[in-house]
Amino acid sequence: MHPSATTATPVTATAPDALPQVPHDIAPLLLVPLLALLMLPLVGSLPIWITLTVAGLAMGMMIFIMASGLTLIFGLMGVLNFGHGAFVSVGAFTATLVFLPLRGWLEVDSLLLNLGVLGLAILLAMLVTGILGWAFERVIIQPVYGQHLKQILITTGGMIVAEQLINVIWGAEQIPLPLPASFRGAFLLGDAAIEKYRLIAVIVGLTVFAVMFLVLNRTKIGLLIRAGVENREMVEALGYRIRRLFVLVFAAGSALAGLGGVMWGLYKETLTAAMGGETMVMIFIVIIIGGLGSVGGCFIGSLLMALVVNYAGFLAPKLALVSNILLMITVLLWRPAGLYPVAQH
Amino acid sequence: MVQAQPPMSEPLLTLNAMHTHIGQFHILQGVDMVVPRGGVSALLGRNGAGKTTTLRTIMGLWPASQGSIRFDGKEIGKLTTPAIAQSGIAYVPESMAIFSALTVKENLYLAAREGEMDSVRLEWIFGFFPALKKFWNYPAGNLSGGQKQMVAIARAIVEPRKLLLIDEPTKGLAPAIVHNLIAAFRELKTTDTTILLVEQNFSFVSALADHVAVMDDGRIVHAGAMRDLAEDQKLQQRLLGLSLDSHQ
Amino acid sequence: MLKHLLSDDLPRSRFLTVLLVLILFGLAFAPFITSGARPLNTAATICVYIVLVASYDLLLGYTGIVSFAHTMFFGIGAYGIGLGLASAGPFWWIAFSGLLCALLLTILLALIVGLFALRVRAIFYAMITLAVASSFAVLASQLSDLTGGEDGKTFSVPALLSPSFHLFENEVFGRIIDGKVITYYLVFGVALMLFLFLLRVVNSPFGRVLQAIRENEFRAEALGYQTIYYRIAANCLAALVAALAGALMALWLRYVGPKTMLGFEVMTDILLIVVIGGMGTMYGAVVGAALFMLAQNYLKTLMLQASSALVGVPFLAEALHPDRWMLWLGVMFVVSVYCFPAGIVGKLRST
Repeated sequence: MHPSATTATPVTATAPDALPQVPHDIAPLLLVPLLALLMLPLVGSLPIWITLTVAGLAMGMMIFIMASGLTLIFGLMGVLNFGHGAFVSVGAFTATLVFLPLRGWLEVDSLLLNLGVLGLAILLAMLVTGILGWAFERVIIQPVYGQHLKQILITTGGMIVAEQLINVIWGAEQIPLPLPASFRGAFLLGDAAIEKYRLIAVIVGLTVFAVMFLVLNRTKIGLLIRAGVENREMVEALGYRIRRLFVLVFAAGSALAGLGGVMWGLYKETLTAAMGGETMVMIFIVIIIGGLGSVGGCFIGSLLMALVVNYAGFLAPKLALVSNILLMITVLLWRPAGLYPVAQH
Repeated sequence: MVQAQPPMSEPLLTLNAMHTHIGQFHILQGVDMVVPRGGVSALLGRNGAGKTTTLRTIMGLWPASQGSIRFDGKEIGKLTTPAIAQSGIAYVPESMAIFSALTVKENLYLAAREGEMDSVRLEWIFGFFPALKKFWNYPAGNLSGGQKQMVAIARAIVEPRKLLLIDEPTKGLAPAIVHNLIAAFRELKTTDTTILLVEQNFSFVSALADHVAVMDDGRIVHAGAMRDLAEDQKLQQRLLGLSLDSHQ
Repeated sequence: MLKHLLSDDLPRSRFLTVLLVLILFGLAFAPFITSGARPLNTAATICVYIVLVASYDLLLGYTGIVSFAHTMFFGIGAYGIGLGLASAGPFWWIAFSGLLCALLLTILLALIVGLFALRVRAIFYAMITLAVASSFAVLASQLSDLTGGEDGKTFSVPALLSPSFHLFENEVFGRIIDGKVITYYLVFGVALMLFLFLLRVVNSPFGRVLQAIRENEFRAEALGYQTIYYRIAANCLAALVAALAGALMALWLRYVGPKTMLGFEVMTDILLIVVIGGMGTMYGAVVGAALFMLAQNYLKTLMLQASSALVGVPFLAEALHPDRWMLWLGVMFVVSVYCFPAGIVGKLRST
């Protein structure tokens, strides 16, 4: 047979100028409103439903803040940081460096002053955890790059050491962290009580999500991160040093964990060194639900999980204990790689 | 002091006794290859001969365990992938590796490393890939296979490069689109860019290539002018016959 | 004979051999070379942890799977025997049927989690097991009607094993042979057998396939091994042995509780011991568990002295507080992963 007779088999029969379909995968987006609506008749009372839903959204936003960095870090480099929770604890404890000396200002019932102090605490916490994250990546992660087993062990070890160091620095007793005066209490929406701090948590969470969304979609660094999540080799083949990008994402992800830690600490109103480790379980569940590496999936997953926990806590308290796992299993049975699977991993 | 310029006669790319191991597999077993400046050089051979590994090794995506890679008068064998890319090599992998979550525009934008894209050059690209202009703001993942290939090639040439490494661009494409690609490559040949093309599609290669090398079992077994190989059916049969039959 | 018992997997280091022999004799004669309850308790805990850690080594060191659910299986074994005895009285058949239920639950859970998560990569398995195990622990501590909640449950063991039982009238080598000593020898004997069994497993053809999978899954698959089945089998086997270790622990303590049996601290202890002792060596579990438990019980005293000597020195006094001993173990752990991936045993064998 003459070689020139070989032509590739036509696989793509699309006419060259047909407009491509844009299949938006919206099913996961509908899950949160659908779940909320479905629960309304089950809960049976609109005010209680509103309270539960706001509580769930607030908790979900805080979990999202803590988890978003981890999912990006994993998406970009396949590094799973089991010590991510340490940054949550460190963030919360660092915030006490601002909260405790300025305790007087927190007791003043002035929203502006309270928000100022909170902002300062967040800034410091993010700065410290960001720098620590940068150092952690350099010292702890880089030597075991690409070796998953060692990564898990090393980062777990890092977590143990970090928890102990927090105990050494701040003492082993748990630290009470009362809410600033103007964040306390609830206001009424009709008959529904909405706690003020939960509203603040929702606002902060939405802000973080919006900023991340803008950075990832509108800036060159964001585009590079998204491209790298999909195919890091090709990003390198275009001439970008992905390691640099990764250190940046790692530091930013750690800073977000720190921010989440401050918010979570205020929510719990007490700090323990183990708080970060305890949140890791929730963080892992939401990033698995969302699809490892997907920020959007992580957002939906966080809200979904927190809402389920809150509704279940009201409807069937015993079930609430395992609702996380049941939710994860259900989602994975529907989509084995999570809500929004990311190609590379 | 006068910088020593490489003599113009020196080839653009010279592989010298290049070995590559992937895990415990010895894939490339001493590749010697020369890619002259200008025109299209084709790298042929059956599946598993080591063609893709050769491109990946040049690009630094697999480390060469031995041997040297000289590009444009410099040794690049020990450089990292980004540094190799910055020295003027672009890569279009067989999988195309377009960023499907990004729009066509964003795919090309990332390839233009220094700031904005050159609009004159873009219009030139749209000239032979009109579909790109049409789908400029669409997510690249939603395009057809041929259109994706256009994005991948456009991404490689949106900035002028000295060398393009292109891995099986016609794979899985309809004949009409292959013709479109041939026209585009002819246009590219009029620029200073040198192309190293890995292919299985002999008619595509013979329509474009000036030089040819044939690989088997991790070594170069033939190198010469494309015209000679195209005219010598016996040689084709001997070098490629097996591969093309098995490719059917 | 000895070679056969050890499945041809000898210590291969003179110092290690001496260490192992010392540990073996120490454990075998613990009731007679020590006095009082505390040393015997330490010895029994060492026996249980050797089995627990060795079974984890089968997963981590030999198969390359990181699981955070090992304590869950340990806890299931403990709760199975404990809840049975607590609710139905101190009879042998209750103990055995409780254990049987626990083993069935173990194999079921190990199968489900394995089928669910082992198909994907190691990292996924680690996350899922962490989530499942922590939910299980929460469940055990909240279902207080069944499990006794946070406080756990104490129970009586069959008469032969209870402290009030005396085998002889008189002391033997200075120790009254009471039920506690008999329980100790039960724990010691079963632990020894389980350890030898695990040693046999990792040196069997099955164990070699596991190691081949760990080294290069792709190649093992190319050689025709269904890697997923081997991993699930290893997972189930390790879980079963962990459950048996849990049963021994419950029998020894005559108590089950979420902190002792299911806590995340137990999991970190296992990880620390297996890494510091030496992954993929089996003997690492013996050396690691012995050193760890001795350190936990006796190093703290030392640290207390150091800490009180340094009162006033800002950071060090705090860092050397006995409660902070995990800090130093954690540091040791991280250093071992970097510098001595084969742990103490690997270090001994290489010198």
